[in-house]
Amino acid sequence: MTTDDPRDEIIDHLPSMRAFAISLTRNGSVADDIVQDTVVKAWSNIDKFTPGTNMRAWLFTILRNTYYSMHRKRKREVPDIDGKYAAQLSVKPDHDGRLAMTDFNVAFAQLTSEQREALVLVGASGFSYEDAAEMCGCAVGTIKSRANRGRKRLAELLDLEDGETVIATDAATLGVINATPAA
Amino acid sequence: MARKTEPSKTNQQIDANLKQVYDDALQENLPDKFLDLIKRLKDADKVGQQDNDDG
Repeated sequence: MTTDDPRDEIIDHLPSMRAFAISLTRNGSVADDIVQDTVVKAWSNIDKFTPGTNMRAWLFTILRNTYYSMHRKRKREVPDIDGKYAAQLSVKPDHDGRLAMTDFNVAFAQLTSEQREALVLVGASGFSYEDAAEMCGCAVGTIKSRANRGRKRLAELLDLEDGETVIATDAATLGVINATPAA
Repeated sequence: MARKTEPSKTNQQIDANLKQVYDDALQENLPDKFLDLIKRLKDADKVGQQDNDDG
């Protein structure tokens, strides 16, 4: 009865899909809607999945596309929903060296979707810049720059020190981008 | 040029927070609705399969 149906694998990726969606949306019920839509799309488009390739990356790609189309729709219905939400909250600087999770979440919500996505893919879920770039349909340098801008913005919003190091990282990354041969 | 730079303390802090948000979400119990959805999709496939066999 057991077959090599790759769809059997989808269930194993549900927790990480949900974690990705929650990281992107910061809203459990919206995240769950996105994951459900993603599962249905993946299920009916399984013929587009190449067996032997990274299924999690394939599912995350569908998930982010679902997120962006939902996000655009919601923005039309409620203009500037992110900005209004963020404006209601203020970030209190915390100088004891640890970030309060609520402060971090508030600051994270103020990044652009692209910056959040880049940071979640490479910073939290452990994808390489190359994988993340493929999933987002953009250049590796673009992902690096989004992640760096996101980190820089977070550091500003959270009033974190060592700005010099952040600038140094940017310069180093630019060097790497410029030095990267067209592989 | 290709020297790997030490991640700054700020970036380490930020990444630790990103990981924590992600890992907290990973640890949450999966709502039953997802398993129900997979079951419904499988059942729908079976019905489709039977229709094909009949036809």
